[in-house]
Amino acid sequence: MEALVAIAIGSMTAAGIYLMLRLRTFPVVLGLSMLTYAVNVFIFTSGRLVAGAPAILGAAEVMTDPLPQALVLTAIVISFGMTALVVILALGSYLNAGTDAIDIEKPGEQPETGN
Amino acid sequence: MQHWIIAPILLPTFIGALIILTMRHDVVLQRVAGLTSSVLMVAATLALLVAAQSGAVESYELGSWPAPFGIVLVLDRLSALMVTLTAVLGLVVLAYATATGWDQRGKNFHALFQFQLMGLFGAMLTGDIFNLFVFFEILLIASYGLMTHGGGRMRLRGGVQYVMYNLAGSTLFLFALGTLYAVFGSLNMADLAERATQLPAGDAALVRVTAALLLLVFVLKGALLPMHFWLPNTYALAPAPVAALFAVMTKVGAYSVIRVFTLIFPTTLVSMGGLVSDVIAPAAMVTLAIGMIGVLGGGTLARVASFSAIGSMGTLFLAVGAFTEASTGAALYYLIHSTLAGAALFLVVDQVRARRGNSALRLQAPIVGGGLISAMFFMAAIASAGMPPLSGFLGKLMVLQAIRDQDWWVWGWAFVLVTSLIAVVGFSRAGSQLFWKPYDNVAPASDGFEVAPGSTSGWGLAALGALLALVVALTVAAGPVSRYTTATAAQLYNASEYIYAVLGTPEERLVRAEQEEELADALHGADHGAPAQSHAPQEEGH
Repeated sequence: MEALVAIAIGSMTAAGIYLMLRLRTFPVVLGLSMLTYAVNVFIFTSGRLVAGAPAILGAAEVMTDPLPQALVLTAIVISFGMTALVVILALGSYLNAGTDAIDIEKPGEQPETGN
Repeated sequence: MQHWIIAPILLPTFIGALIILTMRHDVVLQRVAGLTSSVLMVAATLALLVAAQSGAVESYELGSWPAPFGIVLVLDRLSALMVTLTAVLGLVVLAYATATGWDQRGKNFHALFQFQLMGLFGAMLTGDIFNLFVFFEILLIASYGLMTHGGGRMRLRGGVQYVMYNLAGSTLFLFALGTLYAVFGSLNMADLAERATQLPAGDAALVRVTAALLLLVFVLKGALLPMHFWLPNTYALAPAPVAALFAVMTKVGAYSVIRVFTLIFPTTLVSMGGLVSDVIAPAAMVTLAIGMIGVLGGGTLARVASFSAIGSMGTLFLAVGAFTEASTGAALYYLIHSTLAGAALFLVVDQVRARRGNSALRLQAPIVGGGLISAMFFMAAIASAGMPPLSGFLGKLMVLQAIRDQDWWVWGWAFVLVTSLIAVVGFSRAGSQLFWKPYDNVAPASDGFEVAPGSTSGWGLAALGALLALVVALTVAAGPVSRYTTATAAQLYNASEYIYAVLGTPEERLVRAEQEEELADALHGADHGAPAQSHAPQEEGH
């Protein structure tokens, strides 16, 4: 089971990093979500993998560590919210600038102070 | 005193929510609430600073859950210093943004500003490393809003870069925390520090991986090479008051490095060896060079200021990377200085932009009120480049003196001194192009540009002046301030104070364990057959 989970995390991370290095916003957003999936599973495994055991002390012979489950909930909520935000921001930037390239070729001029 | 520790976090949370819920349409109310809250935060953090002066470390258990099972906030000299610096900078920047009308160029500026401060205070006060991640996220989410405040084509594109870079950083932080928990089985920093010394030798490689991952995350925030790529575009494209507030954001990275690598992974830890300092010092030197060369070739004053921020982080990390008491004390003095001077420089940039429509270093008609602005630029530039008589000079001197006992001190000195010269040249070039040459040549006025009403108001200049006055005050009061930072460093390198404050001294822990046992026996006697529940929190089942 450990090998299977490790391979899954590894391939998701690799795909995420590859996509993050692309030039357009859409693949990068996909890559970021891929990375967050990978890290969520990774955190989940940090309490060691135990199958079919409750996360309650004394309820059974073996128990799973409940803390990573709490941590991963926090991580899921934050990454979900951040993905939504980055999608909106990328969309706003695309509609405003007319391009979805991430690189800024000529950073020279700043926005005017007044709007 | 105890409950005051959480005041700097609760106050902006409530005021920020209140501003969104009840004052959305009332500009005056928003401003009054925001500024009042900032003044109160300065008062509260000053009270914390006075409390921390005694040298005692105070721990505050959230919801009274005992450490290491609950989350703790910890007040020591370092966190008190950081929150006070943030609160003071926050007040000045908010006053500037209000006076110049920046807060009205988009929505929800005041609420986001409060949440930004909440995140910063939380990150500086927390004694739990996962909680540090959560507060990092809070300050980042608020900063995403502030960075794109006012909108505009280039700013949104810069915002996308900034958000994506930091999302990748947050993911890395989570990977680091996952590894950390798997190896240590705890997330409380004091508990981690204790466990680090007791880990079996076989875990050394994992400990080093964890430390390296955490270091990467923190130097990403601190813009240390090669993780600095996000900074120039972000700072140059963000609204100038926001960029001024961001001057303290990079310092959060430096704070986290100092905190985590003196407490959990100190250089004395066998499994660490010289890993961290070997990496930080050379990276800091290159950062310093890149930053100051950027000052020379920035092209616009905003980018000059951004690169000077990178350069100052180089100097700061050079002192941090030595990891001795003297060098950390010097680093903290330089940290205060570079925050104030960097913020002042960004406000000067805003004044220049407000008067000529851009801050590009090309000839244009002389700006209105150029004498005062150029004097302020001169001061901020002297402070940032590290020329006498201002605090930048003292700070760099302290850093040079503190790294004198390192093997690489020759390199450190060479980089600091040569890059200071480059910065002086860069700043004088920028200054003469903007303020001086327009009088010698007939240069065209920027076509169609009109000064926005209010953006050059006297109150804004007063706020900028206050920031420069703080730099002067830091110079005049260099003695007491450096005594405080030296005491802070001494406290940091005596980690047992921190650990005992959070977890209790060994004797206290023994007494507590006995009491819990008695309680368990009493419960047991009253209710036969039921498992002794009160033992549960004592189990360490990781």
